[in-house]
Amino acid sequence: MTLLDFRAGAASAASAKSVTGPAKSLTGPARTIPDADPDRPAVRLDAVSRRFGTGPTAVLALDRVSLGIAPGEFTCIVGASGCGKSTLLNLVAGLDAPSGGTLSTYDSRVALMFQEAALMPWLTVGENVELPLLLAGTGRGARQRRAAELLGTVRLDGCADKRPHELSGGMRQRVSLARALAQDADVLLMDEPFGALDAMTRDLLHDELERVWRETGVTVLFVTHNVREAVRLGDRIVLLSSRPGRVVAGFQVPVARPRRIDSAEVAELAATVTDALREEVRRHGR
Amino acid sequence: MAADVTLRDTRIDLTKSPAFAADLAGLDALETFQDPRRPLPARIWSSAWPKLAAVGLGLLIWQIAVWSAWRPEWVLPSPLTVFESLGNMITTAEFWDALANTLRRAVLGFGFALVSGTAIGLAVARVRVLRTAVGSLITGLQTMPSVAWFPLAILFFGLNESAIFFVVVLGAAPSIANGLINGVDYVPPLLVRAGRVLGARGWSLYRHVIMPAALPSYLAGLKQGWAFAWRSLMAGELLVIIANRHALGQEMQFARDNSDAVKLISIMIVILVIGILVDVLFNAFDKRLRARRGILDSV
Repeated sequence: MTLLDFRAGAASAASAKSVTGPAKSLTGPARTIPDADPDRPAVRLDAVSRRFGTGPTAVLALDRVSLGIAPGEFTCIVGASGCGKSTLLNLVAGLDAPSGGTLSTYDSRVALMFQEAALMPWLTVGENVELPLLLAGTGRGARQRRAAELLGTVRLDGCADKRPHELSGGMRQRVSLARALAQDADVLLMDEPFGALDAMTRDLLHDELERVWRETGVTVLFVTHNVREAVRLGDRIVLLSSRPGRVVAGFQVPVARPRRIDSAEVAELAATVTDALREEVRRHGR
Repeated sequence: MAADVTLRDTRIDLTKSPAFAADLAGLDALETFQDPRRPLPARIWSSAWPKLAAVGLGLLIWQIAVWSAWRPEWVLPSPLTVFESLGNMITTAEFWDALANTLRRAVLGFGFALVSGTAIGLAVARVRVLRTAVGSLITGLQTMPSVAWFPLAILFFGLNESAIFFVVVLGAAPSIANGLINGVDYVPPLLVRAGRVLGARGWSLYRHVIMPAALPSYLAGLKQGWAFAWRSLMAGELLVIIANRHALGQEMQFARDNSDAVKLISIMIVILVIGILVDVLFNAFDKRLRARRGILDSV
């Protein structure tokens, strides 16, 4: 299995979506990618490092991470604690700047989802989904139409007037997904979005996310501790080491979709990835 | 490696099946089940009877003190006498004039404190150097009894409206500013991060994330600011007496000069009732805020 090969994903991704031009529509399901060239990644990291602090107490969170992610690809990043995953997502989201190396997002719009839904508790569910549109200056009518549509996408029709606290954790996370989609992002970054959910809800949300990903053609960069989850969802899995975060291995996931998290194929590849992860973790105990 | 061929397999999509949608809908329904609310009369009664009982108990203790002849009747009149006098008092134009003057001063002073306290609070919360410079000064002002400002205010402005206004504003503004600063300090960082990811920057981050998140603490500051404004105003009206202008505090001072305990206590009851009414208003707003944000158990 080869590492850092985004072309395998790109070939099929390109065939799955229309690449007609740079224009973006707010309402239609059809999406376009900023760059029509399928060989060109949606996100590219070249030897990206991030150091916090200076002098002897400096912490190297990411060490020369190189990674290319193709448009429409679903990439899972797996690593133990301290692998710099949040740092990595912050960099790609533009909330932070690398200390070294180059990072390109090719003018993609980037959305980020957290482990917590992070909904604004003073807004209704609908207003939460509208928030990115409001911040982008979209008019009220268009905002409401788009929010209703997106709530439909995550199967929460009729919940627009509810308050976030009235929903379950899984429903809140779906609102968060709808809100991220409202940004009309080309790249969706997900930071352990299902980590705090019970197993049954998580399994259903895997199916949901996969469906939304297919329908929208969005590029997903998904960080998780859960190897099975990564195998269930990803086109490709990237294994990061801890302290500092380095890319140590990459796995293509040749399991046909739709997948089941409890299928033998998923379990088999998960075992391989887990072995590699354990070996990496063991290194720190010595 | 089979990756290139089967990445986007579209043979059967489980998520399109009715069974899947039903699973998800079922889970949603199970997880959002709520107990039905109690009917309105029951809720009103359960919140009203403890208050009524407390008032009754207070009046009873008062009456017992009168019966015990602890103080002569002209100093400590019975509740009945006082309420009779109060009933008569509220039919006089003089009383309403005094009430209007006092409330006007309260509203003007508190209103100005609201604007200036909010502006100062926002500036201090946003600008780090300003925070270092005056952050603890604001807390110091907040703890200073505003009545201590009166001698200086009277020297500055004389015995007039300006002196009262000055002290009322100084009493309320630091609490309001501090409430806002604390609120901004305690905004969950996750919400700020989410706001930034959603495209909020600078002022729009304040407008759409930080200020709404800080609202509960700001409201607590307003409530405290009102209490301080009301106290300062009463102190001011006892000290600063302006000719031909009735005011509640001034009426109290006159009642004391005339040894008219009945009138004195009547006015005190009016002052207490106004304080309670405003508090009820603040609490109603606060309760609504908490209910919307799910901080309140459904009572």
